[in-house]
Amino acid sequence: MTDQVIEVTDLRRRYTGGFEAVRGISFTAGRGELFALLGTNGAGKTSTVEVLEGLAEPASGTVRVLGHDPYRERDAVRPRIGVMLQEGGFPSELTVDETLRMWAGCTSGARPAAEVLESVGLTGRGKVRVKQLSGGEKRRLDLATALLGDPEVLFLDEPTTGLDAEGRRETWKLVRALREQGTTVLLTTHYLEEAENLADRLAILHEGRIAATGTVAEVVASQPARISFQLPEGYFPGDLPPLAELGVTGHEVEGRTIRLRTDRLQQVATALLTWAEHTGVRLDRLDVRAASLEEAFLQIAQEATRTAEETGDIRQVGGSRRTNQQKETVR
Amino acid sequence: MSPTDTVAPPAARPARGAATTTPAGRLLALARAELTLLGRAKGTLFAALFVPLVVPFTMKSAAQEMDLKGTGLSVGSVLLPSAIAFSLLFAVYSTLVSVYAARRQELVLKRLRTGEVRDTEILAGAALPSVAIGLVQSLVLMGMCAVLLDVGTPGAVHYVALGLVLGLVMFPLLAAVTSIVSQSVESAQVMVMPLLIASLIGSGATVPLEVMPDKLARICELLPLSPVIALIRGGWTGELDAGEALRALAIAVAWIVVGVFAVRRWFRWEPRR
Repeated sequence: MTDQVIEVTDLRRRYTGGFEAVRGISFTAGRGELFALLGTNGAGKTSTVEVLEGLAEPASGTVRVLGHDPYRERDAVRPRIGVMLQEGGFPSELTVDETLRMWAGCTSGARPAAEVLESVGLTGRGKVRVKQLSGGEKRRLDLATALLGDPEVLFLDEPTTGLDAEGRRETWKLVRALREQGTTVLLTTHYLEEAENLADRLAILHEGRIAATGTVAEVVASQPARISFQLPEGYFPGDLPPLAELGVTGHEVEGRTIRLRTDRLQQVATALLTWAEHTGVRLDRLDVRAASLEEAFLQIAQEATRTAEETGDIRQVGGSRRTNQQKETVR
Repeated sequence: MSPTDTVAPPAARPARGAATTTPAGRLLALARAELTLLGRAKGTLFAALFVPLVVPFTMKSAAQEMDLKGTGLSVGSVLLPSAIAFSLLFAVYSTLVSVYAARRQELVLKRLRTGEVRDTEILAGAALPSVAIGLVQSLVLMGMCAVLLDVGTPGAVHYVALGLVLGLVMFPLLAAVTSIVSQSVESAQVMVMPLLIASLIGSGATVPLEVMPDKLARICELLPLSPVIALIRGGWTGELDAGEALRALAIAVAWIVVGVFAVRRWFRWEPRR
């Protein structure tokens, strides 16, 4: 036996109509680990989680939760997992207590309702109808039902969407506490901050594929730092100190704006500022930025799109794209 | 990760108790919630309780004007099956189409499917309160007819029971099938119409098949409600022979099989997007 609680190998999921939402992904999560699937809308997060929850069968590849196939061996898996879907799913005319009573009757080893309500901060709201709860309270009721059976594995599909800043922090606190007790958590989110705050490890999904995976530090480290500035009239990129020698791995020129990528931020920034000082050039809109998860995320999404474009494997590209941009690579 | 800090064995978790759920327990938990919801849906409740108990008796005068000579029927044995038909159609069938559509619309079905409860239990649990109402109502109606319309006691009580049981199984299934094409509670109220109207006109609920032209009656016999009515009416008058009963049973079972197949194949657990 391995110690992997969640094992996904070459998972593909295809919808009727042929659209392939998940295109061959693999990852694992160990006991007590919090693994985050990060991605934009339509990246394939929910499609992946639904297979792990046993709601859908993979088109190909294998999925194991607690060592079992969640779809074919649901009786072995369901009593040990807790699920929170992206959107509610409670009759609006039932009260909070009645909803939990119904779920408790369908959950092995259900904890007392009062205890679960307290843990999600809904104490005193038991007599309130679901339709009268605020959006945030509904999410917390959802979390309460997921926690009812004291699950070993918790699936949270965008648990804090619709919560205010405080509700989000409260949920994070609760999720961290659960993980400390040994609960394995699989979380999907499109909030970078959430992944950065909670995840032991994460995978960035893009168009059904894993674009990057590892700890937050590892994913960030795989990305370069950035410097951008505007050169005044009469100066050209060729006037700059030799970029490649300094450790610039790539640059883009768009009008007068220059963007540099580097793994040696301090060295490049120093050389650039020293050059500007000596030549008396004023660098407008100077922006020096270490790699962050956000940068990594945007970069990965952009690169993946570019690759897809080159291979002609392009699905749909929304919004405006820079087409009149000169791209050069210094190496 | 070092090999030593691997899994704590499942036993290390706090004892999870013997409180493992059973199918019956899950069914009851769902049915209880559904009954609470039914009690809060005043409009649905009114239609379910009031229509079957009152409407059949408003047809009494029409039944008295029918030419029943040579059919072996009386006003009572015309009205009694029709009262039960109203119960199956309104208290069970149309209530449940709305229930399934509403639960789907609110994503309740989808959410429930993430838990331990099985698909059939979700559908059966939701149906249980309506089926119970239909059963109690039918028994009350039989009692009322016996007292008020002097229909006497059934000649073949097992046929009556069989008809009722088949009806109580078939109509929840047909409700689930109808809900496949009902996107919302509002559309559910329209989607129930075809079967309601066809059943009321063609299944002997209001006009006994015995007074219809033969060819038309042959076709109408195949409607889902027809075998139920035939068994209840024939069972009550005692004039149903084994062959006719078997035929009715076959038609009813065929509809149940079709219903099970359609639900398994096409039932939608979440709204179309």
